[in-house]
Amino acid sequence: MLSRVAETLYWMARYVERAENIARLVNINNMLLMDLPKGVSTGWEPLVDIIGVRKEYEETHSDFSEANCLRFFILGENNPSSILNSISYARENARTVRDVIPRGVWEGINSLYHYIKDNQNKGLSKRGRFEYLKKIIESTLLIFGALDATINHDQAYIFIRFGSIIERADMTTRILDVRSANLITSDTTERPFENIQWISVLRSISAYQMYRQQMGLRVQRADVLEFMLLSPVFPRSFLFCLQELKSLIQQIDNADSIIKLLDESADEIKNKDVRSLRNGALHDYIDELQIDLAQVHTALAEVYFLKTAEEINAE
Amino acid sequence: MGIDWRAYQTNGFFDELIGDNAKPRAHGAELAKFFSDLSKEDLNQARAASDFAIKEMGITFTVYGEGKTIDRAWPFDVVPRIIQKSEWQSIEYGLKQRVKALNLFIDDLYHDQKIIKDGIFPKDLLTNSVNFRKQCVGISPPSQTWAHICGSDLVRDGQGKMYVLEDNLRVPSGVSYMLENRSVMKRVFPELFERMSVLPVTDYTSDLFDMLASMSPRPLDKPEVVVLTPGVFNSAYFEHCYLAREMGCELVEGRDLVVEKDDCVYMKTVSGLRRVDVIYRRIDDMFIDPEAFNPDSTLGVAGLMRAWSKGNVALVNAPGAGVADDKVVYAYVPEIIKYYLGEEPKIDNVPTYKCLDPKECDYVIKNIDQLVVKPANESGGYGLLIGPKSTKAEQEKTIAQIKADPRNWVAQPTLALSTVPTLAEGEMEGRHVDLRPFVLSSANDVKVTTGGLTRVAMVKGSLVVNSSQGGGSKDTWIVDEEDH
Repeated sequence: MLSRVAETLYWMARYVERAENIARLVNINNMLLMDLPKGVSTGWEPLVDIIGVRKEYEETHSDFSEANCLRFFILGENNPSSILNSISYARENARTVRDVIPRGVWEGINSLYHYIKDNQNKGLSKRGRFEYLKKIIESTLLIFGALDATINHDQAYIFIRFGSIIERADMTTRILDVRSANLITSDTTERPFENIQWISVLRSISAYQMYRQQMGLRVQRADVLEFMLLSPVFPRSFLFCLQELKSLIQQIDNADSIIKLLDESADEIKNKDVRSLRNGALHDYIDELQIDLAQVHTALAEVYFLKTAEEINAE
Repeated sequence: MGIDWRAYQTNGFFDELIGDNAKPRAHGAELAKFFSDLSKEDLNQARAASDFAIKEMGITFTVYGEGKTIDRAWPFDVVPRIIQKSEWQSIEYGLKQRVKALNLFIDDLYHDQKIIKDGIFPKDLLTNSVNFRKQCVGISPPSQTWAHICGSDLVRDGQGKMYVLEDNLRVPSGVSYMLENRSVMKRVFPELFERMSVLPVTDYTSDLFDMLASMSPRPLDKPEVVVLTPGVFNSAYFEHCYLAREMGCELVEGRDLVVEKDDCVYMKTVSGLRRVDVIYRRIDDMFIDPEAFNPDSTLGVAGLMRAWSKGNVALVNAPGAGVADDKVVYAYVPEIIKYYLGEEPKIDNVPTYKCLDPKECDYVIKNIDQLVVKPANESGGYGLLIGPKSTKAEQEKTIAQIKADPRNWVAQPTLALSTVPTLAEGEMEGRHVDLRPFVLSSANDVKVTTGGLTRVAMVKGSLVVNSSQGGGSKDTWIVDEEDH
């Protein structure tokens, strides 16, 4: 498989995964806000930090109104992670590898792109929003499903999966980071709100039901942290993603440097008492995890992505 | 009720479906009946279904200079263009004959130049040709084939006679649209395929792959064949992808390839370098190798010509093949066929005036308002002057250009191109068409697509069918229907 193609497939998958994650995030926040009393709500601002686009947002907006935020998350031209931008980057990448991906996958990405563009008013309206976002999430699942079922499970598949899972792990850490920092404190009588906020954290990564099955009845901070970071069975937990990345990359040659990084990161988190991490420490720790992921990406690029003729001759 | 063919105007042109007295031609009777049975609503639905299929399948082409939008949906008309099988067989023979002669001609030009020594082809023409590549002199590509893939444009005149208008021997495009048009039609009018006997077109990509593989310098079971594209911004990028995908080979860009010290070509893969045997290149000669041609090209691969001339890689089409597709050489093709094959051309050329000849040049300048005037080496309809539709100022400008470089200009009578019924605002109106079949040449075998790409001038009265200039296309059906 061509190095350039491997790189393109990797990014294509990351962008599709990102679009899905943002859609999920917006949807869940939308639901959460309906449950919270007006005075205590943190509104839409935390999402700007989860997605990591505060700078871009503040360049063009002076408040965090629902209308502004939604437009920015879904369509924002200067938001590199808006749903529309993510899918159009995915589509641009897919276009350059149309010869490699199954036809149905290209058609899925292409028609999702058109759907997002053509139905934007629905996404911005209060009534249409849920259905619009749900359709986006379903379409991305369909794309990954079609990939899983119709592409040869060879190198191309590995780079696609790798891109998707590294993005997924990244999003899990972001949600945990920002959500727990912005949690409305529970020193007042508003205890039930802490509970629904943690539930919302879980829902942001579709983890609520699985959490219940795994961790028992109550939803509490320590259990949520453990579940989201360490669950060996939940496909969006950080540790699970690391293991998945390893089992993928093991199947191709020359992956030693990447496997080593993944092992180190997994050992580190397994030995960490994540249950007791308080806010400041949690934030610092999550920073470390994100650095780990960035290093994995860099190592992958060094080993497999496209080099110039000069770089090849130098080797 | 649907289409009333009695109201259909042929306006004095030869219409491919409707003959004299508004009567459908025998091999099109079933098709005409089908459309007259459709309601307006059916027609609009069919149109919407084809638009949707094209959008969903992402069938696009690119127009230069549109800023941000790089792809446009492919304009497609739902009424097929039909040709009777018996007529097609004779056209097919004519095309094979033509391409065989052209390959012999190119090989001769890069070797002994017998056709010049024998006084058939003027030496001047070669000396001044912009597509003659001195880098190719003396090189013998596998099986002496230079133009492996040829796209010849055919047109019908007012009497219904078929002519060759030009040959494209460099990087002809359009074949993917021919194939996609058929899959759109199958989605839109599945029932028509039951009622009529339409010959399939799907063999093309496997024929193409077989031809490419047969050119491999290494005798392997599965040689490494790649498609080389200039990249996503090229107007034919959709097609490059399409062909690579259908053939199951890698679509590479210049930066994916490297020529190593052993003068072999390699591609950069995640498992290291892998040798490449055959390159179906969709980049023009001048850009394929900055070492041999344009040094500023970033699209090509340094050393590619070195690898090719040593026989370590096959390039398809071969560099230098374009020498036979300029519009002045075209005028000599009937002589070329006679010279190499000793046969009469089965399909005629459109009569062509060469400005190279002072007498003919004089005629062209005097009658410029009656003629179609073409520069020898432009494709895609650029630089073309259609006399009867041009302004005085445009004519003056072209005359000045002819006088400056007569060798670079030819002229042809304005052909009353045939028309095919085309859906316009819910009514059928005639639109002018041409036809581009594709011819594959390998060692022992020449194959022609079943039909080809019918391009249609979507604008009423227009004669320009190029997609870069607002043309569209139709599915082309070679039908095995009884002539009554």
